[in-house]
Amino acid sequence: MAKILSYEEKDTWIHRLSGVTKLVFFLLWCLTSMLTYDTRVLAVMVAFSLVIFKISKTRWKQVGAVFKMIMLFLVLNVTAIFLFSPDQGTHIYGTRTVLFHIAGPYDVTKEQLFYELNVIIKYFTVIPAVFMFLVTTNPSEFAASMNKVGISYNVGYAFSIALRYIPDVQGEFTKIKHAQEARGIEMSGKASFISRIKNTSSIIFPLIFSSMDRIDTVSNAMELRGYGKHKKRTWYMERKLQRNDYLVIAFTVVFMVIALAVTYSNGSRFYNPFV
Amino acid sequence: MEPIIEFKDFSFKYRAQAEPTLRDINLSVMPGEKVLIVGPSGSGKSTLAHCINGLVPFSYTGDITGSLKIGGKNPADLGLFGMSKIVGTVLQDTDGQFIGLTVAEDIAFALENDMVPQEEMFKKVDEVAEMVDVKQLLGHAPGEMSGGQKQRVSMAGVMVDDVDILLFDEPLANLDPATGKRAIAMIDQIQKNKKTTILIIEHRLEDALYRDVDRIVVVGEGRIVSDTTPDELLAGDILEKQGIREPLYITAIKHAGCVISPSDHPQHIETMNLESYKQPLKDWFASAEGKKPGKETASVLKVEDLYFSYVEGSPILQHIHFDIKKGEMVSIVGKNGAGKSTLSNLICGFYKPTKGKILLNGEDIAPLSIKERGEKIGLVMQSPNQMISKPMIFDEVALGLAVRGVPEEEIKERVYRTLKICGLYPFRNWPVSALSFGQKKRVSIASILVMNPEVLILDEPTAGQDYRHYTEIMEFLKEINETYGITIIMITHDMHLMLEYTDRAIVIADGHLIADDTPAKVLTNEVIADKAYLKKTSLYDLAVNCQIDNPSEFAERFITYEREHRILKENRADG
Repeated sequence: MAKILSYEEKDTWIHRLSGVTKLVFFLLWCLTSMLTYDTRVLAVMVAFSLVIFKISKTRWKQVGAVFKMIMLFLVLNVTAIFLFSPDQGTHIYGTRTVLFHIAGPYDVTKEQLFYELNVIIKYFTVIPAVFMFLVTTNPSEFAASMNKVGISYNVGYAFSIALRYIPDVQGEFTKIKHAQEARGIEMSGKASFISRIKNTSSIIFPLIFSSMDRIDTVSNAMELRGYGKHKKRTWYMERKLQRNDYLVIAFTVVFMVIALAVTYSNGSRFYNPFV
Repeated sequence: MEPIIEFKDFSFKYRAQAEPTLRDINLSVMPGEKVLIVGPSGSGKSTLAHCINGLVPFSYTGDITGSLKIGGKNPADLGLFGMSKIVGTVLQDTDGQFIGLTVAEDIAFALENDMVPQEEMFKKVDEVAEMVDVKQLLGHAPGEMSGGQKQRVSMAGVMVDDVDILLFDEPLANLDPATGKRAIAMIDQIQKNKKTTILIIEHRLEDALYRDVDRIVVVGEGRIVSDTTPDELLAGDILEKQGIREPLYITAIKHAGCVISPSDHPQHIETMNLESYKQPLKDWFASAEGKKPGKETASVLKVEDLYFSYVEGSPILQHIHFDIKKGEMVSIVGKNGAGKSTLSNLICGFYKPTKGKILLNGEDIAPLSIKERGEKIGLVMQSPNQMISKPMIFDEVALGLAVRGVPEEEIKERVYRTLKICGLYPFRNWPVSALSFGQKKRVSIASILVMNPEVLILDEPTAGQDYRHYTEIMEFLKEINETYGITIIMITHDMHLMLEYTDRAIVIADGHLIADDTPAKVLTNEVIADKAYLKKTSLYDLAVNCQIDNPSEFAERFITYEREHRILKENRADG
């Protein structure tokens, strides 16, 4: 479980890029994908995402479980759109080509299907980018990158500290759970759902109390070593921007500009094949 | 030369407290000195340390009278960050102090905060890592490292700042004995190479004295009780009066009726002049009684040919077998990560053995669930905070019974009875938060005892406790063992605990059982002690250096004598 979506050291040019570059790419890429509904642009982005995903040598095992979760959300999302707004496609594209009738106000129209297809493609432009960013960026470098793009180092460091202590807290959680199970507090499937929720408190409270002890030590340790002394700090794991980084950032910006120009060329965010 | 630390008529009172924690402290430390600070819990020695590293008054506020100068300056003028440039503190909790995601980042932490350019950081980190021998580990995450390695990283993390003073807060508390020895050697080396002033706060005097120190300062009830050389201190009786454990060889010599002279250099057993003590020790050995053979009782917990592995092909435990008799007090020892905790997890049923059997009273417990086992085998975690989940003492102790559907009347009766046994009856309606750490520990033990288990397994019952609390907890366990016949198994790396309180030690190293014998025999056997990261007891060296031909029997008789002596002393105190 612990290995899912976590960084893995590999030697590809994507791994060698600075975290700043990947963060910039990730943010701009997602922004572009959010803004455009132009199917042609989205299609190019999907193709491109898949290529990047391939190059980053990400294995299915690293992301499979999360991918399935996202698929579940996608299905829910698409269904919900249809249920709540079956004529969204008509609204957008201005025509109404009924394929067949279901019941009440629910007609399946070509326009609705096309609209929802665009939503699905949007998911697929972003998913590989998210995965790529998470599994190829060294978490230590992540904090440094956030700081570099202008976010306060406290935020970055909070991330870092969380990553640092998650395994410790997990270990502590298992220990406490075991001890409470031995006292007779049932946490397995044998107990009813309600009593399991109630029983969780017998793990959560000890976990909180032992974590509080830890927090005190950690904050003392950080202060004793000068954390927060200056408005800025340097980062041991920071990666300097190299030629490739500039190329990628330049490419991303250019791509975004072109993509948005193409998208808005007809005066709306949508590409309309129906007129 | 100016002293680097200078307390003058210094007193400190925490804001939340009525009485000062430190009173009339007068103490000077010269640059390059190595000073050991000892004292029982609550004596004020941690507060003294906080005054030196700046946590007092910057993190813990209160009233200060008198003066304190660190490096000739007033800490109040320097601020906490200014102080951190002069004093580097290595905390007891090596996990808590490990802030970076990897070793290199952790070492660089102070430099990052100081905005040192990256190139310079790389150089500096390499340099310091070399000094404490963690260069190979630079890319490692804390989870992949041992306690000793993490501690060395902590040292490196404060040494990058070129501090003048290194302050170690109980450096030995979380380490197994052999690793502790190495840590003390490392500290010594740093002091010799860099001429850093070293302050070590520790109550494990014998282990801390593995290398020379210039002075020992004893703190008691907020005052400095003694400030003298180790030789002078060990010859006197201040340690005993303050409730600090003397090195065992010193106690043994005193038992033999000798008065120790500082001129014999009692600081190290290896180099101590023993001429005048040899004969009395031999006489004492001849007259002292050995261990009385215990009654043979029936087996209560038997482990047969036990194997365990998470992944096939890399076994955590192999061919473990032992037989614990009813009413025994047994210790399971071995270095951290040797498989001790896995063993207790198998016994409690959290994991299933790959092969082999565990028998309780002759019956295989494989079919029993965790809950069913929990009624017969109770597990007490290291810290009471890991167990306590109810705000009120009564509810906490009643929890195990309540979830088993025991009628309310019976719960009340059994909880009250258990609270009486544990000396907690007067507090039965109190909230848990009002208790001290030792009392909380009792609550956690009571919450298990209430289920009438036959076997009690305790994970590091005395970790981080000073001698007084240690004795309190252990005497309590001994009492429930003797009075109620509950078999007690303790997982520990505390050598004193195994020696003084257990009849048998089961030694595990790298997943194998390497010894199952009396603690005295285990701790006088160099091969076993080495393999299990224990340390030979100094009683062994004492016996050998005095030409006593059976060192393990000497240790055995010493323990027997100690136990009886302790009972006598208690009776005197009671009556």
